[in-house]
Amino acid sequence: MPRELLKGNEAMAEAAIRVGLEAYFGYPITPQTEILEWMSRRMPELGRVFVQAESELGAVNMVYGAACTGARVMSSSSSPGVSLMMEGLSYIAGTELPVVLIDIMRGGPGLGNIAPSQGDYNQMVHGGGHGDYHPIVLAPATVQEAVDLTVEAFDLAEKYRNLVFVVADGNVGQIMEPAELPAMREVKRATPEWALTGAEGRERRFLSSIYIDPVYEEVTNKRLQERWLEIQQNEVRYREYYLEDADLVVIGFGTAGRIALTAVRAARAEGIRAGLLRPVALSPYPYAAIDELAKRASAFLVVEMNAGQMLEDVQRAVAGRVPVDFYGRMGGMVPFPDEILDEIRRVAREPRAQADPRVAWLKRLEKVLPH
Amino acid sequence: MQTEIIIAGFGGQGVLFAGELLAYAGMDAGRVVTWIPSYGPEMRGGTANCTVIIADEEIGSPLVRNPQAVIAMNLPSLEKYEPLVRPGGVLAVNASMANRTAVRTDITSVGLPANEMAESLGNRRLTNMIMLGALLARLPVLSLESIEQAMAAHLPERHRKLLPDNYKALRQGAAAVS
Repeated sequence: MPRELLKGNEAMAEAAIRVGLEAYFGYPITPQTEILEWMSRRMPELGRVFVQAESELGAVNMVYGAACTGARVMSSSSSPGVSLMMEGLSYIAGTELPVVLIDIMRGGPGLGNIAPSQGDYNQMVHGGGHGDYHPIVLAPATVQEAVDLTVEAFDLAEKYRNLVFVVADGNVGQIMEPAELPAMREVKRATPEWALTGAEGRERRFLSSIYIDPVYEEVTNKRLQERWLEIQQNEVRYREYYLEDADLVVIGFGTAGRIALTAVRAARAEGIRAGLLRPVALSPYPYAAIDELAKRASAFLVVEMNAGQMLEDVQRAVAGRVPVDFYGRMGGMVPFPDEILDEIRRVAREPRAQADPRVAWLKRLEKVLPH
Repeated sequence: MQTEIIIAGFGGQGVLFAGELLAYAGMDAGRVVTWIPSYGPEMRGGTANCTVIIADEEIGSPLVRNPQAVIAMNLPSLEKYEPLVRPGGVLAVNASMANRTAVRTDITSVGLPANEMAESLGNRRLTNMIMLGALLARLPVLSLESIEQAMAAHLPERHRKLLPDNYKALRQGAAAVS
């Protein structure tokens, strides 16, 4: 397929359609509404299902029901809308259904604003819904990655009968970049052996997240955990930039990751041996790659558009061997590369160990924020 | 190597489209490009801007604090972006909508009455093309021909009758500052 200049939100929607999305259920919310708009036009013209539900609660439960039939289904929303979906997502996890959800995160907490944010890292990566379950979480930084990961999301969801979240922000949603879409595929109606397709002529099947007898709930939980171990083995994804000889390792995902790339290049031009690790899957997380880097780097700097949520995963991997510093912007603010370059220079100058780098970070932030 | 261009003005002045054209022309020339708009509530009637980056390698940040070039379509955009242009950079000002010229001496600045020039071409909506022509006359990142080719290649069929006037506007903008 030729490369086209594509807007992130529309590219993700079209990519899902081309790899056989059968039904989309959603509710509009900025900054992801272009996904729903695209679906509302394209799905009916292809004879597929589009429903604008009465709310995100309706949408997630429609997704739940449709997924039970083995159909390729998805929804998309933004932070407050995803919060509303959490109950349904836990039910979907408990019923072991393949479902894809795109979350174009925005400034929060609360109603917040529509600006780009990564404030929902913990909600998406470490749960959000109740119970022991692990979604696969993919975090594109470019339009091409948004396309490719949307395609992969369906394959992963179906391979593992698991929730897959694609998380980005308004920058990824609104940016236009040259990208290549997948070729249009026929909808191939999958009929997995668990799908509810009408029991005529065969044994009745049953899908539920209710296990009244805890004995059977524990059996289900064990199966979920074993599947998660397998996912951890197979599905770690990250990108490396200038890490071969890096002494100072910057870690950031999505938009913060690509902004950090500009800063790392500028630091290299000044002779600072900086490199960047950009996690592409946030769940499973690249703990092993960070563990390896901690053996040879002398400092880490985590950059996020939140108050240091992924920071704790990096700290877990580094396990106190070298200092892990932090820089973040919150509430919908996006750092410029020069802010991150200043942080790289500071850490290169004095890579001090701090128990909680956020204490000093909040103090430094005072100089940036309006009074 | 990368060139960053911010195009800023009121909604309706065609700033997003002018940026898209740059991005298309860059892509067609085999360069790496990004185009990103401001997408806040200001989109509904107030100011609008977009940042275009044209590069030779994977683009990191799609946003920059200090762009190499700015098109200021009105006074608020001039006030906001003149101080931010990188030293040695280029600033093109729509003098029809700003009651002052640029004051910095460490950048190349040009001013032209783009509204009146567009009106004399018979279509006020050509203001953006006049300003784009003026910028490219001073910023050798893409040729006027490449912008014309991008317009011909990517403009929807129903707008193709506007191509000759758009070409003319680009050329007149460039001529006005050369």
